[in-house]
Amino acid sequence: MKKPILQIENLTTSFKIKDKYYMAVDHVSFSVSENEIVAVVGESGCGKSALALSIMRLHNNQRTKIEGEIKYKERNIVSITEAQMNKVRGKDIGIIFQEPLTALNPLMTVGDQIEENLTFHTKLSKEKKRLRTLELLTQVGIPFPTRTYKQFPHELSGGMRQRVMISIAIACNPSLVIADEPTTALDVTIQAQILELLQSIQKETKMGIILITHDLSVVAEVADRIVVMYAGQVVEIGTVKQIFAKPLHPYTRSLLNSIPSAVTNKQRLHVIEGIVPSIVNMNRDSCRFSPRIPWIPRHAHEESPELHEVAPDHLVRCTCYKHFYFQDHRGVKITNGIT
Amino acid sequence: MWKFILRRFLVMIPQLFLLSLIVFALAKQMPGDALTGISMDPRISPERIEELREKAGLNDPWYEQYGRWISGIVHGDFGTSYTHKIPVSEVIAERIWNTVFLALITLILTYLLAIPMGVLSGRYNETWIDKVVTGYNYLGFATPIFIFALIMLFVFGFSFEWFPTGGSVSSKVDARTFAYYLSKFHHVILPAFSTALITTVGTVQYLRNEIIDNKFKEYTRTARSKGIPDNKVYTRHILRNSLLPIAAFLGYEITGLVGGTVIIETIFSYPGVGQLFVSSIGLRDFSVVTAIVMMLGFATLLGTLLSDIILSMVDPRIRIE
Ligand SMILES: Nc1ncnc2c1ncn2[C@@H]1O[C@H](COP(=O)(O)OP(=O)(O)OP(=O)(O)O)[C@@H](O)[C@H]1O
Ligand code: SF4
Ligand SMILES: [Mg+2]
Repeated sequence: MKKPILQIENLTTSFKIKDKYYMAVDHVSFSVSENEIVAVVGESGCGKSALALSIMRLHNNQRTKIEGEIKYKERNIVSITEAQMNKVRGKDIGIIFQEPLTALNPLMTVGDQIEENLTFHTKLSKEKKRLRTLELLTQVGIPFPTRTYKQFPHELSGGMRQRVMISIAIACNPSLVIADEPTTALDVTIQAQILELLQSIQKETKMGIILITHDLSVVAEVADRIVVMYAGQVVEIGTVKQIFAKPLHPYTRSLLNSIPSAVTNKQRLHVIEGIVPSIVNMNRDSCRFSPRIPWIPRHAHEESPELHEVAPDHLVRCTCYKHFYFQDHRGVKITNGIT
Repeated sequence: MWKFILRRFLVMIPQLFLLSLIVFALAKQMPGDALTGISMDPRISPERIEELREKAGLNDPWYEQYGRWISGIVHGDFGTSYTHKIPVSEVIAERIWNTVFLALITLILTYLLAIPMGVLSGRYNETWIDKVVTGYNYLGFATPIFIFALIMLFVFGFSFEWFPTGGSVSSKVDARTFAYYLSKFHHVILPAFSTALITTVGTVQYLRNEIIDNKFKEYTRTARSKGIPDNKVYTRHILRNSLLPIAAFLGYEITGLVGGTVIIETIFSYPGVGQLFVSSIGLRDFSVVTAIVMMLGFATLLGTLLSDIILSMVDPRIRIE
């Protein structure tokens, strides 16, 4: 069994909205081991970014409450001081954001922004820092490192900026990198390159990666395990094999069914009707996904479904998946579907 | 860069031409002219005045008068002041450095007050310190500058006698001595401080909002994700980005201040261009008035240019070629 780097247990993140706290991440538990890629998937608003920022403790702490445990190598980083946390951020855990243009300081050169990491976590001399930065730029596939070193973010293309962002995240050789939709803002061709880059870096450093995405097709190729989130909760966890071969939860199945390539020519692309409820208007007393599959009779759903282990390492929330089926646009049950 | 500046100067020519037409027209519209004063004098016959008018060219068609005036300006000749009996350019030259000095000190004080206040209230917004600064801002916005300046003059000038109540330098000191410069400073500090205390509120408010805006920006989050302590996140990232628009405003600010000294110089009897402007209007010394307006117009255009140049220097995203 591989050594876990990060163990998240019952992580609950609540935001204060008009004097009341609302959960955006609701008792989430999973772990990441070294050299592993764990994908967190779910539609927009499921709480993926809220989860990522909670791990780094980057939320506005006046308006956010974080409960549960996040253990980085056995140490609970939820309860450590801000100064101690600053020694973890950037050094032990790196993060890559979705939009590389806004995530970089417009007034600072690329070189300075990468070197900053080294300034705060190492005792390297100015010259050594520069060499390390150039090395990083080469490692992330920047064609002219010495030139890019002196450039400003706006002078680079989206893909190049994301490479810079990656080099910032990996500057201090962290054991864990969180990538929050690192390819969503990029062109399709660039997306694949960025994912390959992350994989190749992982090969060298053996770091663990949390890859957040709403694109399941990306996941199949790169991830080891998948965490499916819906409305702040984990609804299903399993290995890539388990999830793709035997998806159980209706939400996982709906997501899989909405991937164009997974649809046989005869079938219509399945669209999940409705939207993810907002954290303020969410009904937390019953199953959160049931309103979006109205054709499943009420009695088939559990009251407040729990995660069950259905196979080793394969957990799914609720049991009513046994009764779940898809319906086509005319309301006819699909029996010969892929799931 | 030089091409850009040259181009901007070329664009200024039609702008200044338009301004000169307006200024000239307004000066002509105003009741009375340079000879109105002596025409009241019963010892001088109306015939004599008419003769003087004719000689001064005041009876010529407006375009001829305008032509004479504008061609003079182009050659650096703003005419002769009727009251001072010396060339207008000399009258202004005597005063302009006082005004520039006052404006500069005011500007420095404005920023010295604005930066700490703006940064503190932005960084700790919604706390007591922010409430104090915001309260001060409301007061500042609500207080008319001339009333505040009068109070300052009364309290620190007349009651406490800490500062002189008029002039720009003591008559007891010799020029170009240390005491002379000290005295200049002593004279400028009360008007400058009185102005700065009020005009700073705009910058404070702006900076506060910029800081609040920038501290939730994504690049700030990236900076935090590197493990940079909060203080350093401010000094290295947030502050620079927040000061950017203010630096860009510097050019406008300077010209605004030069124009704004009119009231302050009058209240503090400070012999600058602003005070000259007011007294010249009273004396119908239009050659001086028009020269000052033209000068302020030119200064405003220069300020705009200066702002653009500063912005291109502090913001790498903006390049002028
Ligand atoms: N700072 C915040 N204050 C209040 N509510 C928030 C805050 N951040 C996120 N939320 C809410 O929490 C929920 C989860 O948001 P989150 O950004 O984590 O979604 P996501 O899964 O990352 O979606 P996306 O794919 O759009 O990035 C949403 O309903 C969002 O409105
Ligand atoms: S109760 Fe039904 S809809 Fe809800 S989680 Fe279980 S299967 Fe899904
Ligand atoms: Mg997100």
